[in-house]
Amino acid sequence: MTDKKKKSTDPKTYKFDTLSLHAGYQPHKNAGSRQVPIYQTTSYLFDDVDHAAALFNLERGGHIYSRISNPTVAVLEERVAALEGGTAALATSSGMSAIFLTIMTLCEAGDHLVVSSQLYGGTVNLFRLTLPKFGIKCTFVKPRDTGGFKKAIQKNTKGVFGELVGNPGNEIMNMPEIAKIAHNAGVPLIIDATYQTPYLCKPIDHGADIVVHSLTKWMAGHGSSMAGILVEGGKFDWMQNDKFPTMTKPYEGYHGLSFAEEFGPTAFTMKARAEGMRDFGPCLSPQNAWNVLQGIETLSVRMQKHCSNAEKMVEYLLSHESVAWVSHPSVPNHPDHDLAKKLLPHGKGSMIAFGIKGGKEAGEAFINNVKLASHLANVGDTRTLVIHPASSTHSQMDEATLKFAGLSQDMIRLSVGIEDFDDIRNDFETGFRAARRPRLVSNQ
Amino acid sequence: MKFQVNGVEVFASTGGRPFDKKKPLIIFVHGSGLTHMTWVLQTRYFAFHGYSVLALDMPGHGLSGGESLKTIEDMADWISDVIDSVGYKEASLVGHSQGCLVILECAFRFPKKIKTLSLMGGAGAIPMNPELLSLAESDDPKAVDLMMDWAHGPAGHFGGHPVPGLYHINTGGMLAKSRTIKNTLGIDFRACDNYKNGFKAAKEIKIPTLSILANGDKMCPVKEGKKLADLIDGSKIEIIDNCGHMMLLEEADKVLNILKKFILTYFPIKKN
Repeated sequence: MTDKKKKSTDPKTYKFDTLSLHAGYQPHKNAGSRQVPIYQTTSYLFDDVDHAAALFNLERGGHIYSRISNPTVAVLEERVAALEGGTAALATSSGMSAIFLTIMTLCEAGDHLVVSSQLYGGTVNLFRLTLPKFGIKCTFVKPRDTGGFKKAIQKNTKGVFGELVGNPGNEIMNMPEIAKIAHNAGVPLIIDATYQTPYLCKPIDHGADIVVHSLTKWMAGHGSSMAGILVEGGKFDWMQNDKFPTMTKPYEGYHGLSFAEEFGPTAFTMKARAEGMRDFGPCLSPQNAWNVLQGIETLSVRMQKHCSNAEKMVEYLLSHESVAWVSHPSVPNHPDHDLAKKLLPHGKGSMIAFGIKGGKEAGEAFINNVKLASHLANVGDTRTLVIHPASSTHSQMDEATLKFAGLSQDMIRLSVGIEDFDDIRNDFETGFRAARRPRLVSNQ
Repeated sequence: MKFQVNGVEVFASTGGRPFDKKKPLIIFVHGSGLTHMTWVLQTRYFAFHGYSVLALDMPGHGLSGGESLKTIEDMADWISDVIDSVGYKEASLVGHSQGCLVILECAFRFPKKIKTLSLMGGAGAIPMNPELLSLAESDDPKAVDLMMDWAHGPAGHFGGHPVPGLYHINTGGMLAKSRTIKNTLGIDFRACDNYKNGFKAAKEIKIPTLSILANGDKMCPVKEGKKLADLIDGSKIEIIDNCGHMMLLEEADKVLNILKKFILTYFPIKKN
């Protein structure tokens, strides 16, 4: 085939950067407004009684009440679905509510989940302490223990969940292999890809069935707005077994609707919205949806800078006398380095964990003395952020749980921002100098 | 619901309401490689408003058993068999793209059974791009990507799905990849390419017929749709602006409103 002919058969569908700016929005249906309007409204006029009934019966698409859907939020949902290669998405008020809604759409009392042990502390608590109150039990497996995921599957298992790159230890799940394990058991794989964003990795391409994000982080980037989202891959066959009757059997809440039969590759999102948003209501405000959209417009350029700064930071930390160890998938001796090259070809992310010599005391001194890096409980801001997980995000864990989650007392979690790298390095030098001081005192 | 046609299990969505033989029957026939799910924003309305609806998965497609039928003529005969199998003597037919060829041929072959025809993105012939046909027959997923590209208009490429949160191109692509591409899309494309009876059949159609066309349709352009419609006695044409071939999703509300008006006029519910 000649190059000319080859070109003629290439699809002209829009690519990543274009979708980041345009997906989900049609100006001609919004008074020609070039920017996405903020539909700051709770509810929407019905044309007549018939139109109202049609919307409630899911006969037509459209908006009824902003707890269920909102036009500004819908643009965000479509945009993220487009970027992730998903069929549909549902935005929520936070990343945690996206996870909760996903689990409540999937599971019932008596069900079981297999869950990676290395997760954000809030997520650990959801799975360890809160979901059991709803009769949903979990078995935790270390992210690198691929065989352990298989062993942990039970008859009542309804899904496998994990963060692709675990928070905060940077251990990577072998997503393609764990997807096979989940699919062989007839259950979906749910991946929290907050750390990656679709710019670095599209989990659906590697076997994930549902992707969740805290949009608050890199997707938005500006650190101004809470938001979350679940994205459906559309490949999972809910009708392959009898594990998901609320997806496949007539649903009393919608005139006997079977979501899987009627909506196929978008069935999960349709159920999560129709049931989950109706009954739990963790809706995203249109203002926050708009704020996140502003961030997504520059996602690829920001992620490139995040990753290049992170690589410089890794190099700096590796050669620093005050640093005991560095964990980042770009480091050649990182146990998951090869897997990272396969799953994260565009960059290994900007989350770095490192151990500071002098342990907890030195860590506290470091954090108290950096000025440019912000000490706070967030990641993925355009600004550089630092925290000591053992005394903050993961402080509700006991020593054994901390160890199981791959945390240590000397660990500092660093989210590298997009400032000039020289300025970040100079700031860290100040922190390290301060961290060495108390040790000198204690040694005297 | 699932039922048997010629000994093969067939799936059809009934639009979320129980199938009721006392109500007039509307049958929806999907396009190449697709499934009943393309009709979700039309079928549920009719099912909730006094009609019995069957949005079929053609044999070998979606949730239906059997193997894909290889000619448009066989598909037309099969639609007639479906009507018999569910115990009806007549039905109104709605088709999209390849489904238009199927229902046109069905009305030509069984004029007494078919009460109205609604053609969406239809033409009298659908010759296939040879490269697209070859990709589909060799099971190359690029065939689906190309189809999704050409099937959506400029607006559809950006999104703006009528159902909040759904993204057109990826949803359509996933539907077309739900079974083996060469056994669905490949066979369907070949059937379309081989079908030559459309214009002859059109001249014989004497039932109320509606053509819904879209001015951004690259697969069955407006001029081709008009050429077909002009051959059908009293045929009505509606053209949707800023929309592509997947009009039933891209402009679902407009399509439903046009279809409602036509069906309620020419295939009304009989009042006791």
